[in-house]
Amino acid sequence: MSILALIHLCSEWNSCLNNKPNTPVLEVQNLYVSYHANRQWYEAIRDFEITVHPGQIYGVVGESGSGKSTAIKAIIRYLGKNGKINDGRILLQGEDIARKPRRYMKTLWATRMHMLPQNPFVALNPAIRIGEQVAETIRVRDGLSRSQARSKAISMLERVRLADAKEISHRYPHELSGGMQQRIVLAMAFSASPQILMLDEPTTSLDVTTEATILDIIRDLVQTSQAGAIYVTHDLGVVAQLCERVAVMYAGEIVEDAPVHDLYARPLHPYTIGLIACVPRLGQTKQQAALRTIPGRPPSLQNRGEGCIFAPRCPVALEKCFVKHPPLEQADDGRKIRCHRWQEIADGALVVEQTFQSGLEISEHLEREQLLDVEDLTKHYDVPRGLLDFLQGKPAATVKAVDGVNLGVQHGRTLGLVGESGSGKTTLARMIVGLISRTGGTIELKGQPIESSVRQRSRDALRQIQMVFQNPQDSLNPYLTIGQAIRRPLMKLAKHSRREAEKEVHRLLTAVNLDDSYINRFPAILSGGERQRVAIARAFASVPELIVCDEPVSALDVSVQAAVLNLLARLQAENDTSYLFISHNLAVVGYLADYLTVMYLGQIFEVGYGHDLFAPPYHPYTEALVSAIPIPDPNYKTQHIRLNDDIPSPRNLPTGCRFHTRCPRKIGLICEQEVPPWQDDGDGHFVRCHIPLAELTAMQQTNPLPQNQEHA
Amino acid sequence: MLIFVLRRFFFFLITLAFTSVLIFLLTRVLPGDVARIKAGRDAPQEAVEQVRQDLGLDQPLPVQYFNWVTNLVQGDWGDSFTTNTPIYPDVRQRLENSGRLAFLTLLIAIPISLLLGIIAALNEGNLVDGLISILTLGVVSLPEFVTGIFLINTVAFKWAKKWDWLPYELRGSASGFKPEMSFTESLPYLTLPAIAATFVLLAYVTRLTRAGVIEELKRDYVRTAELKGLPYPIVIVRHVLRNALSPTVTVIAISLGWLISGLVVVEAVFNYKGLGSLLIFAVENRDLPIIQSIVMVTVSVILLANFLADLMYAVLNPRVRLGK
Repeated sequence: MSILALIHLCSEWNSCLNNKPNTPVLEVQNLYVSYHANRQWYEAIRDFEITVHPGQIYGVVGESGSGKSTAIKAIIRYLGKNGKINDGRILLQGEDIARKPRRYMKTLWATRMHMLPQNPFVALNPAIRIGEQVAETIRVRDGLSRSQARSKAISMLERVRLADAKEISHRYPHELSGGMQQRIVLAMAFSASPQILMLDEPTTSLDVTTEATILDIIRDLVQTSQAGAIYVTHDLGVVAQLCERVAVMYAGEIVEDAPVHDLYARPLHPYTIGLIACVPRLGQTKQQAALRTIPGRPPSLQNRGEGCIFAPRCPVALEKCFVKHPPLEQADDGRKIRCHRWQEIADGALVVEQTFQSGLEISEHLEREQLLDVEDLTKHYDVPRGLLDFLQGKPAATVKAVDGVNLGVQHGRTLGLVGESGSGKTTLARMIVGLISRTGGTIELKGQPIESSVRQRSRDALRQIQMVFQNPQDSLNPYLTIGQAIRRPLMKLAKHSRREAEKEVHRLLTAVNLDDSYINRFPAILSGGERQRVAIARAFASVPELIVCDEPVSALDVSVQAAVLNLLARLQAENDTSYLFISHNLAVVGYLADYLTVMYLGQIFEVGYGHDLFAPPYHPYTEALVSAIPIPDPNYKTQHIRLNDDIPSPRNLPTGCRFHTRCPRKIGLICEQEVPPWQDDGDGHFVRCHIPLAELTAMQQTNPLPQNQEHA
Repeated sequence: MLIFVLRRFFFFLITLAFTSVLIFLLTRVLPGDVARIKAGRDAPQEAVEQVRQDLGLDQPLPVQYFNWVTNLVQGDWGDSFTTNTPIYPDVRQRLENSGRLAFLTLLIAIPISLLLGIIAALNEGNLVDGLISILTLGVVSLPEFVTGIFLINTVAFKWAKKWDWLPYELRGSASGFKPEMSFTESLPYLTLPAIAATFVLLAYVTRLTRAGVIEELKRDYVRTAELKGLPYPIVIVRHVLRNALSPTVTVIAISLGWLISGLVVVEAVFNYKGLGSLLIFAVENRDLPIIQSIVMVTVSVILLANFLADLMYAVLNPRVRLGK
């Protein structure tokens, strides 16, 4: 028997092993990761394990600080200088890479492992053309010539469904939209045909419509390439629609790991149960029930107790939960749960009760008198002409950010405003508050016209309209204590004396579920949810008639978001305040809003009741938005309506119906040439479309659009 | 890109025109009657008026300015008050000399300081970084006449005598330099002054490069490039440097003006005939036409360098080309 034959046998056996369909591509066992911060090491990940098979998308879900991103960075061995793996094995097709040197990892990154970043724009080099950035990966891996690599790069761009790949390959990253940038990053990742791919919240910064397309592409690429993928996200909806199996992380540990259907149908860990219950579903309204919440906040990683990390917030914690750390136990059906009481929960002997509050009472007469009346509101920006344009005598271009908007808000009601980014929502909101001066139209509050800019407005007008911003860390002055921040509007706008103001601060903090100990704290040491509560308290301080909420919960974690939404709903009922509520999350808008407005390219295309989101007829644009929502239920298969391209630039508005360039239900030339009429269903629901309402309803109920319009 | 270049060039011309007006006016508002200076203190009033007429000083200011600019462009820069010879050939010769020295200085300074800056950035916070900081700052805090004399003392007097392989010309410092020499011929004479000038630039450019690279290393695209499996040197050179060098380019452009007309000390120490020493001569003798010409030349060089820096910027950073 010659040695050659033996080697041959070995290699054959080896390749045989690798090709076996059920061999996991990645196996992580017993992983412990530490981070160095503030002169001490603390454990960011404890006892992490995961097994990914080829063609499988594995979800890792958790709130901020749960360690989900750290976990995948550790797996791909890109922790940075202040992180280290303390223990554990990372098996890439059976080979332990947990302690391999960086040089070795480089070759793996080039060929077998890849990570997709959260924000594609900063992940692309701003100074290098797209085509070259993709081709570079191919050249390094395959040693191809420049032209070969280039043509292969272009075919990769086509694979991620970029229409004019050749032209796009000559562009720079800043010349592409967010969705296109993410596709470029995907093309780069898959051009190396990796065996395992880490995706770190790749769609968080995108609109729902774009997100849906990107998820389609990811699903498709993973299927065809048979790579394994780990998808890290905080969005339970995306996980339900995309992943096969899910690991739920809390404070650095996996608390539950199960096939996606089992997890959503029958969550076993109290945290998972709470988390899934927190998410507002499309169709849920504030009248039905308050959103469920998880009280308390996650433990800091420096001092975790002896027992179960979730015990302090757990509604069913026993005494032993506080002293003994539960192991990740494996159930018979392959699920894994880290809980002392999971057997009881699984048997149905123990029901995890959530804090449950009943919904708000529906008032008999939904219609109330008008508070805010906006008519023909317009914001046109002049784009400065370039020198050459000036010399050639070209007229200055205008951007029509908001173009003739009419809307009204009633006393004590919420008007929801939805639309993609670039639709003009935020400009509209800021004009109403007076942060941006308008170029046309009128705003009336209780019949009184209001000045354009905050500087011209009277104290009383300022008092009556307040705003809650998206990012509470940016909207609170870091040098003012919470007490000072809330006291200001009390004394300046509501004209309270110092003594009254102190009392009011106490009342307001109590109203937003914070206690007096916060008065002397600074915003920096508060969590995101706490800061947003302070911002809400400040907005309510001057007893305003109207509060404009611009994406107030989109920067918050799911469990915190639910609590803040409940708070907003309760405060509205108590104070009879009106909201103009802007959000890209349709389920959130559907939950909170009494009335609904859909905006696209500076104009309003649909007006109706909040619950009009839940059933046809829709404007085709609204239909596309609704269809793109990732529903947190794996059994729910949405109708896949995908919008072509990205939202057009407001510099070059389409003629006729502004939506015709992307409309999946376009009927013909009329859409391109004529501005569509408003149609009325006689019950306060208006749609601006050429298709008759009855026809729209019929189409949307019986004739869902074919999948993936984009291919056509 | 073409539009960008045209627009930048247009701005270059406008600034040049504006500064020329400024320089013209400055010399007119300076105390002292030019015609009187030129005619001599004891000359009769008629002679002064005659000179005034010859020089065109009796005409209105815009006409004077127009004539001045036309002559400037045509190479007629007037005569020196002190020597009564045409200025143009002299200033031109000096500009050429200064240009050679500036060019060689940049040739030495840029690669060294970029390299030091990158090395310092990659070793941020450790011993190497500290050493580079101390070295460059130490060198810049020494005045040029100290470094210059030190160079002459050690290199020209001691080393060149000890080691035969050092070119003979180094021994005599720059005084043996003749304008008609070719660049390679003049190299040995120029090396020491160029090194002295390099010392002044070194710390500045090194620090900026270091800051730029450290800033860029934190960006996510570096992670992307690394996860592509690119070798580290390629990540640095192809991905990081392009984005990190913008501030460095600006500083180099600005320092070019200083190199052209500000090397007074270095020129004096090495007895080199550049624009700087001519400027000192002119100031000492109140030779207004020469001062005016030199300032004009310097301003033009600085503006041109900035124009080139803008173009370089656009090559490095495509977002600049949008031109906002």
